[in-house]
Amino acid sequence: MIDPRYDVAIIGGGPSGLAAAAELKARGISRVVVIEREAETGGVPRHCGHPPFGIREFGRLLTGPAYARRLSAMALRSGAEIRTRTAVTAIKPGSEDVTLHCTAPEGVITLTAGRVLLATGTRESPRSVRFTAGERPLGVINTGALQAYAYLEHLAPFRRPVIVGTELVALSAILTCRSLDAQPVAMIEEGPRPVAPSGLFLYPRLLGIPVMTGTKLVDIAGSSRVDHVVVEDPDGHRREIECDGVIFSGRFVGEAHLARMAGLDLDTGTGTGGPEVDQFGRTSHRAIFAAGNLLRPVETAGWSFREGRKIGGFIADDLAGRLGETGRERRLIAGDGIRYVMPQWLAGGAGGMSQIQLRVSRPVGGHLVAEDAGGREIYRQKLSALPERRVLVPQPPLAGGTGRITLRIVE
Amino acid sequence: MVADVLVIGAGVVGCAVTRRFALAGAKVVMLEKGADILSGASKANSAILHTGFDAPSGSLELSCMQAGYREYLEIRERFNLPVLETGAMVVAWTEEQREKLSEIERQAHENGVPDVSRLTSSEVLSREPHLSRNALEAVLVPREHVIDPWSPFLAYMIQAKALGADFHFLTEVMGGAFDGETWTIETNRGSFRARTVINCAGLYGDRMEELLLGHAHFSIHPRKGQFVVFDKAAARLLRTIILPVPTERTKGIVLCRTAFGNVLVGPTAEEQDDRTRATTDEATLRQLVEKAEEMVPGLGSMPVTAIYAGLRPASDKKHYRIRVEPDRNWITLGGIRSTGLTASLGIAAHALNLYRGMQEGRSSSIEPVADPPEHPVRNISEEMPRDWSQPGNGGIVCHCELVTAREIEEALNGALPAGDYGGLRRRTRAGMGRCQGFNCQAHLAAMSKDRLLLPMAVSEVPA
Repeated sequence: MIDPRYDVAIIGGGPSGLAAAAELKARGISRVVVIEREAETGGVPRHCGHPPFGIREFGRLLTGPAYARRLSAMALRSGAEIRTRTAVTAIKPGSEDVTLHCTAPEGVITLTAGRVLLATGTRESPRSVRFTAGERPLGVINTGALQAYAYLEHLAPFRRPVIVGTELVALSAILTCRSLDAQPVAMIEEGPRPVAPSGLFLYPRLLGIPVMTGTKLVDIAGSSRVDHVVVEDPDGHRREIECDGVIFSGRFVGEAHLARMAGLDLDTGTGTGGPEVDQFGRTSHRAIFAAGNLLRPVETAGWSFREGRKIGGFIADDLAGRLGETGRERRLIAGDGIRYVMPQWLAGGAGGMSQIQLRVSRPVGGHLVAEDAGGREIYRQKLSALPERRVLVPQPPLAGGTGRITLRIVE
Repeated sequence: MVADVLVIGAGVVGCAVTRRFALAGAKVVMLEKGADILSGASKANSAILHTGFDAPSGSLELSCMQAGYREYLEIRERFNLPVLETGAMVVAWTEEQREKLSEIERQAHENGVPDVSRLTSSEVLSREPHLSRNALEAVLVPREHVIDPWSPFLAYMIQAKALGADFHFLTEVMGGAFDGETWTIETNRGSFRARTVINCAGLYGDRMEELLLGHAHFSIHPRKGQFVVFDKAAARLLRTIILPVPTERTKGIVLCRTAFGNVLVGPTAEEQDDRTRATTDEATLRQLVEKAEEMVPGLGSMPVTAIYAGLRPASDKKHYRIRVEPDRNWITLGGIRSTGLTASLGIAAHALNLYRGMQEGRSSSIEPVADPPEHPVRNISEEMPRDWSQPGNGGIVCHCELVTAREIEEALNGALPAGDYGGLRRRTRAGMGRCQGFNCQAHLAAMSKDRLLLPMAVSEVPA
């Protein structure tokens, strides 16, 4: 079929992909395409039918769908080509260009691009990955699916769900349930305290939804629909909670399948789960970049937007021959107390993302230190943080030089 | 109306039997208490087409497996059904297991599977470079294959329906009586009359005998099997089915590719009394993943896609529990354990022979159908082209499994439409991929609204 050649092909039309497209166009790159598999661009905010979105980008408080529409309009205005209902099935890096194999309603499409930006976003971990015990009745879904039921399809998947998890998205699950007239019967958190800031949990309490920390979901029962669940408290006591659904919220993972199948190095284990990148968002293949929540679980739409814009700019620099070599001079290692570090590599040369993003693996209070391969401390900052909260370290003190740098917590 | 044959249960056996009798010219009524075909024991298996190399020699099980194997390969192209010619290796990981390989080879020969051979550890590794170096030796069984465990039965039932077979879902047998010529079967959806009853009730086969014959000649002891499915990226790590050296009780944990491009590990073999609850548990699933990693270390970095559990209708004896009651026009096809997928077509042919034996001397009116219709089903395996590569597919609905809108429409609207979400998943793969419906489930609920026997959503909400 058609075989168009693009300067940059962006896979994924969410906040980071659209922002990158607009930036690339603003920087004078002529042929930019955004490939979006859904019927509309906008990404996850499309089905977050509630605020707050857009304050920094558009200067006003928007709901997710309104924000998604503005992002899409912005990208279109920039002159980027937007190709919806087109799903990339394979990425084949060649010696010059990268070939993308896609499927669309009209069949198979192949296109090539000088640079590819992976902006495939993120999703929550489904029940299967969590190995949650029990039967497999209808009504066990993630928050994302719940939002799509409510805001895109206007259907209710259940009436009285249990919510598993206490990340921010779990609070979105409550808002979404309320829009459906569904009443969550409990929030369950395995950890000793809620993951999102504890003040926010006044909200479920006011609604009469018990927030049960230190509690594990140990059985889902029901042959056709969910009939009840069994939870276990820290003392090993078990009890039944009657409900007709289970919302597994949070535990985001990047949509890394295309990256994996393209043979890119991934940060597996306790890492980000996404492709390993340097401070310019370059993956292990020099022509393939990544941005947004594929890079790490998980950031806000606004953060992804700004990240996409920045990395779009780096791609423009690269096309102009200004990005320098892809040499992976420094490897950043997540040491004790650190769950992941992103970027995982620092290439030689100045610039790039000005901050290193990381998450701690346990509640910590003390210092974050960076040590080189010889154990010499090259950076230190005070740090008190909970897991899942954004932690930022300035990039310049770590740049320059070669070899590994380990970031760890000293309590 | 009095049917010739009433089939209880639309599992792998019931579907194959329904087709076989419809082809033989019988008027068939099929009753299924679930909302769709394959909604009981048959929905969870390891999808292997067995040669019977390790089945009990001289057994009915073996002859049904081999007849089923042959018939599947003979008809599959006409129904557009896939086969992955993977071969299998029975791998010895310990000296003790190694000692049993000769016996496995001998039995394969005795069972008419002459093309088995021994592989040294280096031959094992050259065939499967990602396998653990701890493999000592193996028996290669080249004609063990992997199939799509669902589409064949859809194809069989569509054929049976075209021949006039009559299906009733969400229809549970509550009782019945035989008047010397005709059975009247009572259900939650009225009564059905047929001259002969064929009991293919799987996990409830013994209960059906108790209920309708007054006495069960066997008892079902459900054996639970848990499975873990790895992401499609894992399929690059494995070609051949990896079988363990079996024990007295079970064939053991298998590692294999699936027709859908994933890698599967399982099943466990856990005896239980409960016939309804097929539950997974975390500790066992983790053990399965560890076991898989022991065999193929590269699986350690592969994401898990799905988990599931099924109950095999094992009985108090190892062999199939076939019962013919000529005076009561009754056939039970029971105790069909893990070999049922392979054997189903053979069991169906065997059942027809039993039926003909029963009809001998009676004025039988059934005549085999000449030129039966054979409608190809849509391929959902990775072995043949999928709809997403074709124009006019309506776009992708399920991204993980690349399921198109046209495929969903066909599954909801076809000759044998899906009855519930599970049936929709099994027809199309929608919702079965790595996101498990995060992206597509709501869309599927909207597309299937008012079109499933068991709806996905509980209610609509004003926009």
